[in-house]
Amino acid sequence: MITETLPAEKREPRRLDEGTIRNLGLIGVLVLLVIIGIITRPELYSDPAWVRNNILVILQQASAIGVVTVGMTFVIIGGGIDLSVGAIIALAGVWCTTVATQSFGAAGMIFTALMVGIGVGLVNGLLIAYGKLVPFIATLAMLVAARGLAAQISDKQTQISTNETINAIATTRIFGIPLLVYILAAVAAAGWVLLNRTTFGRRTVAIGGNEEAARLAGINVKRQTVLLYVLSGLCCGIAAIMLTSQATSAQAGMANLYELDAIAAAIIGGTLLSGGRGTIVGAVFGVLVFSTITNLFAINNLETEVQNMVKGGIIVAAVLIQQFRYQSLTQLFKK
Amino acid sequence: MSALSRRRVLFGGAAVGAGALLTACTSNNPTENTQVNTNEGNDNAAPGEKVVIGFSAPAADHGWIGAITSNAKAQAGQYSDVELKLTEAGADAATQRAAIATLIAEKPNIIVMLPYDGKELNAAGIQAMQAGIPVVNLDRAFPSAAAYRLQIKGDNYGMGLAAGAYIGAQLKAKGVSSPVIGEIAGIDSLELTQERSQGFTTALAVYGFKVANRRAADFTVNGGQQAATDLLQALPKMDALWNHDDDQGIGVLAAIDQAKRSEFFMVGGAGSKAAIDTITKDDKVLKATVTYSPSMASSAISLARLIAQGKGMSDLVELQVPKEIMLSSETITKENAAQYAKLGF
Repeated sequence: MITETLPAEKREPRRLDEGTIRNLGLIGVLVLLVIIGIITRPELYSDPAWVRNNILVILQQASAIGVVTVGMTFVIIGGGIDLSVGAIIALAGVWCTTVATQSFGAAGMIFTALMVGIGVGLVNGLLIAYGKLVPFIATLAMLVAARGLAAQISDKQTQISTNETINAIATTRIFGIPLLVYILAAVAAAGWVLLNRTTFGRRTVAIGGNEEAARLAGINVKRQTVLLYVLSGLCCGIAAIMLTSQATSAQAGMANLYELDAIAAAIIGGTLLSGGRGTIVGAVFGVLVFSTITNLFAINNLETEVQNMVKGGIIVAAVLIQQFRYQSLTQLFKK
Repeated sequence: MSALSRRRVLFGGAAVGAGALLTACTSNNPTENTQVNTNEGNDNAAPGEKVVIGFSAPAADHGWIGAITSNAKAQAGQYSDVELKLTEAGADAATQRAAIATLIAEKPNIIVMLPYDGKELNAAGIQAMQAGIPVVNLDRAFPSAAAYRLQIKGDNYGMGLAAGAYIGAQLKAKGVSSPVIGEIAGIDSLELTQERSQGFTTALAVYGFKVANRRAADFTVNGGQQAATDLLQALPKMDALWNHDDDQGIGVLAAIDQAKRSEFFMVGGAGSKAAIDTITKDDKVLKATVTYSPSMASSAISLARLIAQGKGMSDLVELQVPKEIMLSSETITKENAAQYAKLGF
């Protein structure tokens, strides 16, 4: 597997194939969830207006976490992990809703959120690439520290956004579809192009597959690592604006456990936790599966704890399938 | 290589510039909004012997806990004979236990403690009491009566009852026979959330009503926004909604605006300033909120001072402060909002 990663062009057709199968599988899961929804709540699904709105609600609920997952997918493919995404969102959200930042208007708030995201990502990246900290530890430390700073800045209070432009992001619809969904689509499309059609993407796959081989092949592994965490931070900055707009406020506790949701979505989307492989489309489908499950449980008035158990089961199942496929592939090679 | 370092200098310069700009943006000037008793015309307020009060509360990032600590500080500031020793309780029960042990060693006259968890900090309370330091147990109750001198807490079950009674009465007055009622809870694994929900169900049952859909959020604004979005989608038509917590209520109200829904009325919980303002303005679905006021921290400081000075509550016959006080959960509506405005946090 390791040696295979480098000649990416040669592997392209088969990898695409496998990805397509997996994505079809995820679409199958989505269809199954919708069918369960139709069976359990036929009276709701018989109203076309409700169904249309429900699709938009599912997409909208997936939008912010989807953006985070795109960044997370890059980090994981590059052989890392970013546990600090929820904390970065909280810090960016809180920072961009302080009284001082709000006085600069919507542009100032957006600039601040993005800069905080990029800045924290940069610190993560430098610590990992040049400080030689294990990604798990570095970003875990950042998780704690960034939430602490967010609590410090907000004085543990909920900061209400009084900026109409920011608050309108969540309510704006273009051709009947929420702006938030367009943002997710744009980020996912940009992520897909970056991963599949640029040297940045190839380098990411290369350093995640085999860091040493990538280094010997002339890739600046350290710089690439830093950039990956910056990218993840940037996605968090974007998500912070989306969430702040949705809740018309920000607080240090926001985006709680987003890191786990984003990692889980990336994993069930077919990203290898050890790095070197993964797809953006799969990650987005992963987010949609979770968002659809939440919706299914909500319309059936089922308790959140059952939902969490089902989510856990799905993650385990996805990884088991991944391992099984991996093993059967390697066995094929041995023969 | 030189091109690269030039680029690095450029990027570095940009980063420093952005950093400088950002640090300027952390300045925050939230309006001070603490709940204090100014003690005018109260004999007990006359300066007495000096009291050192040790105070410990979780370092949570929720508005309510924030208000607890700032209220305690503000109330202590009202007395010339009180010195408040604040200890950060850190991030969990174990750290708070350690913080309490340090506090006991400093021998304050009395300790006011809002524990992470009453059961987990029970032993710490007993330890302090045995060291001869009376403990005022704030809000989250110690199971053992030996662990506190005074317990002052809110009424979670009563909160649910009040919300249910208000919703029941309103719907009955409107003549709705089988209403669709929604509920957005806080963190579901907490005992207080369960108590609130039980109270709510019990009160609704009096009217023969029940909850059609219940979503649990996490006491955060965006948790509230997401739970409310799900709930609204699940209930295309709703008559009434109870949201357990006004802080997450900001997110709930945002979700309601975003879904363009207004066919129902909503009741909040806790009694935040933002909620009371919205109720007063009467321009949103939020028509009432049931209190769970962090003003109890201010009262805890006042009573801790009295206990340490050996004084009683002047309106009562008893010479000493009673052992347990449970605040009643009051219903704030447009009619009495002005009266409660100063209690909003």
